[in-house]
Amino acid sequence: MTELLRFTTAGSVDDGKSTLIGRLLYDSKSIFEDQYEAVKTATERRGEVGVNLALLTDGLRAEREQGITIDVAYRYFSTPKRKFIIADTPGHIQYTRNMVTGASTANVALVLIDARNGVSEQTRRHAIIASLLQIPHLVICINKMDLVGYAQEVYDTIREDFRLFASKLDVSDVTFIPISALNGDNVVDRSEKMDWYEGSTLLYYLENVHIGSDHNFIDCRFPVQFVVRPNNDAFHDYRGYAGRIAGGVMKKGDEVMVLPSGFTSTIAKIDTYDGEVEEIFPPMSATILLTGDIDISRGDMIVRENNQPKITQDLELMVCWFNERPIQPRGKYVIMHTTQTARCMVMDIQYKMDVNTLHRNQEDKTVGLNDIARLTIRTTKPLFADPYRKNRITGSVILIDEGTNETVGAGMVI
Amino acid sequence: MNYRLNHLKELESESIFVLREVASQFENPVLLFSGGKDSILVSYLAKKAFYPSRIPFPFLHVDTGHNFPETMEYRDRWMEHLGARLLVGSVQDAIDRGLVTEELGVNSSRNYLQTAVLLEALEKGKFDAALGGARRDEEKARAKERFFSHRDEFGQWDPKNQRPELWNLFNGRKRIGEHFRIFPISNWTELDVWQYLAAEKVPLPSLYFAHPRKVFQRDGILLADSEFIPKKPDEVVEERSVRCRTIGDVTCTGVWESTAATIEEIILEVAASRKTERGGRADDKRSETAMEDRKKDGYF
Repeated sequence: MTELLRFTTAGSVDDGKSTLIGRLLYDSKSIFEDQYEAVKTATERRGEVGVNLALLTDGLRAEREQGITIDVAYRYFSTPKRKFIIADTPGHIQYTRNMVTGASTANVALVLIDARNGVSEQTRRHAIIASLLQIPHLVICINKMDLVGYAQEVYDTIREDFRLFASKLDVSDVTFIPISALNGDNVVDRSEKMDWYEGSTLLYYLENVHIGSDHNFIDCRFPVQFVVRPNNDAFHDYRGYAGRIAGGVMKKGDEVMVLPSGFTSTIAKIDTYDGEVEEIFPPMSATILLTGDIDISRGDMIVRENNQPKITQDLELMVCWFNERPIQPRGKYVIMHTTQTARCMVMDIQYKMDVNTLHRNQEDKTVGLNDIARLTIRTTKPLFADPYRKNRITGSVILIDEGTNETVGAGMVI
Repeated sequence: MNYRLNHLKELESESIFVLREVASQFENPVLLFSGGKDSILVSYLAKKAFYPSRIPFPFLHVDTGHNFPETMEYRDRWMEHLGARLLVGSVQDAIDRGLVTEELGVNSSRNYLQTAVLLEALEKGKFDAALGGARRDEEKARAKERFFSHRDEFGQWDPKNQRPELWNLFNGRKRIGEHFRIFPISNWTELDVWQYLAAEKVPLPSLYFAHPRKVFQRDGILLADSEFIPKKPDEVVEERSVRCRTIGDVTCTGVWESTAATIEEIILEVAASRKTERGGRADDKRSETAMEDRKKDGYF
């Protein structure tokens, strides 16, 4: 069975990120001849030497002109074991919002360290974002090992430095791999120059890291997305609640409760186009039919009576701000959470967090573009929320400016 | 405990989620149908998403008039199968009315004219969301697309100012006159599409399978011999066994030499291929950022 794994990379022009992605794509035969030729021609037209693999990912005119990645670029490759989606994001602090976007759906975060420079401000920033966004697995690639003579001491020192720093973070699974993206050491093939390294290559890691527990399979959460009512002769009384299960395993016959009404019922049937199924688990889409006649609409949530999310109008959030206009104290925004939309007001800005040092700034509370802050908000109607640590789907929100309709912030429930 | 989905089922679930989100967030969506495999896939997934209800929006075909006849036959049969309502925006009609002017010359194509016809059809039908089958692996500008892609009142895409898209939360809010382009199969690759269509036994247009056809070569690309493409004097028409990897207007869709006559053979061919499917699309080769430039103006 081929599984899907989403990973995110972040980095600047110099740390070899494009070379590493190019290497993964090239060595897994995912770059096509005409793409390669087009990149080669474009490189020559710029008067550069060789083949600039960054031009593969930097697709927009402005990016190609400035030679930087501005936006998130999605790249795809596969091996017989897994299909990979790479969210390739820029590493510079002014693009924190793009990093956060790429990180929101990732199973694995790939953080690059230049072996010559060791743990840098940028490394720390990427790791902090990966920890904030609760990416389940972190892999630290210590790159450019060829430039430090493939020395184990260099690798050991960097690993210890990172460990020391990471003890302050909320990350559970960290793996270190010494590589040379340029020469291909430990990327797809094992390096012959680093006998002292006994771990796996990067590709082997990506193919085998255990992602079976990345979803929450314990707490049943089914946000109702769409009510299916065919109103035709064949399905006269059919009333199905379509959605994508966000947590737990739900089975036919389960006793359930519907929020916000609190009515209880039983799952009569779980339906799909391909026929009835016995059980569903994340991230499946399906349609649930309940016994009895209860009124349910989009935004409601089907849960278990003895395991409910918090039903609340007051939320504590860590927010990454995406807009040039700073957060307005007592400002009002549209909030989207699962399939619910409401309005909210910012009641308090508790502190602003420095993404390079984790320092909590309680003096300067101006939260502008790319800032991360802890807020208290109040919503116009109750939301059914879990802590983001327990469930990335029922624990996340976006904030929207009512005037411009832009997405101005991403929030994680504490 | 072993709750795992294979990658095709996970992609299917994601696309179905997006389709249902469209039906919930928009008043008047429309599905852009070209007759190619990607729009066939989107329409098939729409059928799944709303089952046992009918697909709750109509389909729109922007017809350049320069079609492969096989595409039109398939289109009508497929609409009947889905029970969908089809609207047609005609480029020929737009030329006759003077909305657009036909390009002249050897490499002329009605590809660019589709944009004006599409925007007019969206405006006329008051559609606030247009669903399409674009995929991020197709082309470098499309690699930066969102699932929900905002368009201003001129139908323009502003790639530098796109809304961030996180988790499962899609922001479809807009002002009056603006619309969204929605791409439910953003994360599928060409190979995923073929593997899925094979597994689900979805009927496909005969053009995708190898067949003998009169073709000629131009700029390294094989083009079908057609009354719509003026030939240069030195271009020689000959019969070869070919198939399409993408289906568009006959004037800009290259065909590939192939003997793949079944969907399984196509999968083997795609898996071993060293060229992208759009490698045969003359419309992408007009400049390095041809796709981005067309998309900014409102192209698919």
